[in-house]
Amino acid sequence: MSFLKIEKLKKSFGKVDVLKGIDLEIEEGGFLVLVGPSGCGKSTLLNTIAGLEAITSGSISINGKVVNDLHPSQRDIAMVFQSYALYPNMTVAQNIGFGMEIRGVAKAERDAAIAKVAETLQIGALLDRKPSQLSGGQRQRVAMGRALVRDPLVFLFDEPLSNLDAKLRVDMRTEIKRLHQRMGTTIVYVTHDQIEAMTLATRIAVLKDGVLQQFGTPAEIYNKPANLFVADFMGSPSMNLIPATVEVDGGKVGISMQRDEGQPLLLPLGNSAGGLASRHGQKVVFGIRPEALTDLDSADRNATQVSELDCEIEVIEPAGSDTFAVTRLGGREIVARLRADAPIAAGQTARLAFNLDKALLFDPETQERIL
Amino acid sequence: MSAKPIPVGAVSAGNKMLRVLLYAVLILFALYYLLPLYVMTVNSVKPLAEIRQGDMLSLPSVLTFEPWAKAWSSAQIGVQPTGLKPYFFNSVLMVVPAVAISTILGALNGYILTKWRFRGDDVIFGLILLSCFIPFQIALIPAARILGTLGIAGTTTGLVMIHVVYGLGFTTLFFRNYYAAFPTELVRAAQIDGAGFFQIFRRILLPSSAPIIVVTVIWQFTNIWNDFLFGVSFGDFDSQPMTVALNNLVSSSGGVKEYNVHFAGAILAALPTLIVYVVSGRYFVRGLMAGAVKG
Repeated sequence: MSFLKIEKLKKSFGKVDVLKGIDLEIEEGGFLVLVGPSGCGKSTLLNTIAGLEAITSGSISINGKVVNDLHPSQRDIAMVFQSYALYPNMTVAQNIGFGMEIRGVAKAERDAAIAKVAETLQIGALLDRKPSQLSGGQRQRVAMGRALVRDPLVFLFDEPLSNLDAKLRVDMRTEIKRLHQRMGTTIVYVTHDQIEAMTLATRIAVLKDGVLQQFGTPAEIYNKPANLFVADFMGSPSMNLIPATVEVDGGKVGISMQRDEGQPLLLPLGNSAGGLASRHGQKVVFGIRPEALTDLDSADRNATQVSELDCEIEVIEPAGSDTFAVTRLGGREIVARLRADAPIAAGQTARLAFNLDKALLFDPETQERIL
Repeated sequence: MSAKPIPVGAVSAGNKMLRVLLYAVLILFALYYLLPLYVMTVNSVKPLAEIRQGDMLSLPSVLTFEPWAKAWSSAQIGVQPTGLKPYFFNSVLMVVPAVAISTILGALNGYILTKWRFRGDDVIFGLILLSCFIPFQIALIPAARILGTLGIAGTTTGLVMIHVVYGLGFTTLFFRNYYAAFPTELVRAAQIDGAGFFQIFRRILLPSSAPIIVVTVIWQFTNIWNDFLFGVSFGDFDSQPMTVALNNLVSSSGGVKEYNVHFAGAILAALPTLIVYVVSGRYFVRGLMAGAVKG
């Protein structure tokens, strides 16, 4: 049974439709990440769940109860804001205890709850400080403490890590995940960072222009993106997307791609491609992630379909753990992921392995995935 | 870099000259502005006979505080020999509520116009702002009519109301611009914490509003204390402010012109605003800048 359920949600500001009919649901204890480029409506969606923005139509229910018309404080949610939104005139303890104070919780009970949260987040030493005396990471913790102390049905996070420096962001990401595992509370988390989405989520919703592009587990989103937008948006470096043509020869289905020199490249697709038999000669977009395009030694030994090909390497980008090689195919720059110590230099021709088990095909007209 | 090193001494010497010149000009202007205060102060502690000798700038040869005492408690104001004292308290009774009410209402307006936006709020703000530009004289007769209808003509209550209404445009402007820069996420966080409209205002916004409150209070205090037109138009003996009494003191036709008493009275009338500036002037500039830059 779904714990948080959003049905046919629409939101307009005047004539502008920001959310155009969103359907989402997440089970209790799930971690739902809303991801998309800026302006896609993900923060607005979060604000409607919080009750900070009224919805135009549709419904939102939490734990089986429709909350459309409930005040934010009555939805049993807690929110962590991008700017942390700590009350500048109050100490850390007062910030964390403010909600309880408003609800009329007795002082002793309040102090006990604050102390417990402070211990969880290791901010006990900061309780008497003002927010202006804290570092970015500490403010982040206090903001989370303010949410934790409510012990809500759902936590809402609005890009909570975007104001931290790179290292701290990774640390806090792990911490949020650990916190989620320990408490098991349902979380809705907004980010524009697809790595955050992949690492944290149990479910990812990819949004663009107020429309839900795909909703699924991180693995589904990553391995079977619904359309070209999702394929391109998720993953870093992003998926190689190459214009190609379907070739059917007898029972065998393959795709061909133009090369700068020489014969077009013909790649056979496995049995799974049977459905494509009727598409002979049609244009498609061939998608393959950089990690499925490797030097021969790194090729996946369990793969059933591997094609090898000589490619001219244009640029080498060592990233420490891996080395990325840029080459050309079908008139596009494509990126291959090599072992860190692969003996390949820019300007050389190297033999690369295509793991065609991981190959995806998209319809260039509808943008949808067809394989 | 290939630029020739500039001799340090030359620069600092040039700089020094400039500094000296700058300070000389500043001091000159300061003296120029302080001269009236000096003349007033010096002549308010001289016997009248000494002023009559004609040298307004000289220090008193005989020091007397009798003119101050007279201006305060026994000088002829109009027909009554009451001194400025009762009018001083009239002013206080008018200024304190008028400043307090207009500041609070302005803060509420600013809070609503920035954090509880509604359809047409910009138009409303524009209209409120427009009231800053309405000349007093235009409003005199309608205001008199309204005060009469309400039965508060000639009372301190009536004057307070007039000043509150007239002050709202400015106080709303100040607070709106200040609160426009106040992070809306704080208000949202407080909403989720369950705080209501007034709780958010009192617990979250007001504690961060000290600079703009100081600006507004100084602005309103100075304007209302110094107001003459409304005071003379709508005030009775029981409600006439200090400014009107000072005018009556200085322009009373009978008898000798007691310049020393007039000077003392004028200083007494100006003293409260002077004190407000000296005490909180620093915040005034800071608050004005905050509102101006971020607004």
